[in-house]
Amino acid sequence: MPQNDIKISVKNLDAFYGKNKVLHNITMDIPSNQVVAIIGPSGCGKSTFIRCLNRMHEVVGGTITGSIMLDGEDLSKNDPVLLRRRVGMVFQKPNPFPSMSIFNNVAAGLRLNGVHNKKEISLIVEKCLKQAALWDEVKDNLDDSGANISGGQQQRLCIARTLAVEPEVILMDEPASALDPVSTSKIESLIFELKKDYTIVIVTHNMQQAARVSDRTAFFYLGELIEYDITKQIFLNPAKKQTEDYITGRFG
Amino acid sequence: MVKRLNNHFSQNIGDLIFEKLTLLFAVSVFLLVILMGYEMYLGSKISIQKFGFSFLFNSSWDPVQEVYGALPIIYGTVVSSILSLLIAVPLSIGVAIFLAEVAPSWLEKPVSFLVELLAGIPSVIYGLWGIFVLVPWLRNSFEPWLADKFGYLPFFRGAPYGFGMLAAVMILTIMLLPIISSISRDVLKAVPRSRREAALALGATKWQSTLIVLKDAKSGILGASMLGLGRAIGETMAVTMVIGNRSLISTSLFDPSYTMASVIANEFTEATSQMYLSSLIELALVLFIITIIINAFARILVWSMSRKWSAA
Ligand SMILES: Nc1ncnc2c1ncn2[C@@H]1O[C@H](COP(=O)(O)OP(=O)(O)O)[C@@H](O)[C@H]1O
Ligand SMILES: [Mg+2]
Repeated sequence: MPQNDIKISVKNLDAFYGKNKVLHNITMDIPSNQVVAIIGPSGCGKSTFIRCLNRMHEVVGGTITGSIMLDGEDLSKNDPVLLRRRVGMVFQKPNPFPSMSIFNNVAAGLRLNGVHNKKEISLIVEKCLKQAALWDEVKDNLDDSGANISGGQQQRLCIARTLAVEPEVILMDEPASALDPVSTSKIESLIFELKKDYTIVIVTHNMQQAARVSDRTAFFYLGELIEYDITKQIFLNPAKKQTEDYITGRFG
Repeated sequence: MVKRLNNHFSQNIGDLIFEKLTLLFAVSVFLLVILMGYEMYLGSKISIQKFGFSFLFNSSWDPVQEVYGALPIIYGTVVSSILSLLIAVPLSIGVAIFLAEVAPSWLEKPVSFLVELLAGIPSVIYGLWGIFVLVPWLRNSFEPWLADKFGYLPFFRGAPYGFGMLAAVMILTIMLLPIISSISRDVLKAVPRSRREAALALGATKWQSTLIVLKDAKSGILGASMLGLGRAIGETMAVTMVIGNRSLISTSLFDPSYTMASVIANEFTEATSQMYLSSLIELALVLFIITIIINAFARILVWSMSRKWSAA
């Protein structure tokens, strides 16, 4: 990989909750404008890992050692608030703000970032809802509560909300695991569209999903990075026995 | 087979009895409220007949002339409650935010415990503290200072007695604070963590994410304030001990005043005539109705709030 194509570079990352070490010496580079899938059995540290990438691990009481660089800058040196505007996150369970309308859910991030011009906001809201493939379904009821749409729509609303802040990287923690197959496939095609403009790291424990959407796949097991390679390589010709066992469903 | 049927039958009977019994309890609580209202209506009938609506709008409460107008008493009740609520609510929201959002858990637990402890102290103790600590301090330091600095306002004029509206407002504020802040803290804590994470992940500061959480908790906090208002309106002992107990409408907070609950507590034993007794009962009826309306309002708010959560 040429150096300037690396968006995030993780070196010797250890993560802890209190004294409990849950990530062991992770080193991996995440290239720009690609989709990287993180797979592995539950509890292996996938969520913790991607939370470290925008310092959301601090919110749930985690600490780290080692270094994470975003465009060559150490994350720990900068304000986490500014970092999270560059590295957005979509959660497993859709979490729109129920006290806000659909429109305001998307506008929320903009307002937090100091955009108050009404016209500008409504342009961006429309653009982001279109990008998130939700516009046609909600354009006539933008004033409804963000909590009164289906789960799949809520998740796309959350994606639109994340896009509105114009991040460079989007982290997704099992974004489709709570959704029906139709919504899942919508989200997958959306990810495909988004990688033109964004770098995406997606956690999934659905192997087919990883194979379908990602360029690279990392396999985590018990807090360690077992194997990280081009997705095709991981699925067709894994180098490690553990990876092969996991993707063929022999454990996990 | 017969045994199974029997079993089934007796289970059904059990359910049926349980259902009817709980229904009976529920209905009897409701009936009790209606009965209390009706009893008070009967008890106050001669006063209602004699004074009509002038009972609510007349300013003289005079047992010697047998004329009863409750306006200053209603005024005292409303002003003392509203003022104390206006001070207590923002302070309580501050305390609740500190406890739910800011304080680390080693600090949150003991402080929360302390706040709940304060909510459980009997009001006569607050009253005693009011008489021995608050009132002398008001008389000797705070009221003269207020008169000196803000005496151009009509609220801080006249002789600083210590006993009066200001003392009542302050003691009510102190009593409302633990109640409103502990309920508000629970309301804030009930807002799911995913909401805070959503805000933070968008690049919200701690303060901005707290504002978003507050928006979610809005109607719950409003409900807590309503419960506090109900408490302030009905509070008897502590207020009676410091408010000065004179039926008087005055803009100055230094002047003595009176509240419905205090009047009833003070004068019931000395009500010798039929009309006097009847008027006191009518006062109780007014207090009863106001309290019920406020509490119902509070419940509805809290209820609509929790329904919104379960939908989310
Ligand atoms: N907030 C937390 N506090 C303490 N331990 C946690 C916390 N979150 C996760 N863990 C622990 O860290 C380990 C990794 O969890 P997680 O990153 O959520 O795994 P995954 O997303 O792969 O299921 C698990 O053992 C889990 O119990
Ligand atoms: Mg997880």
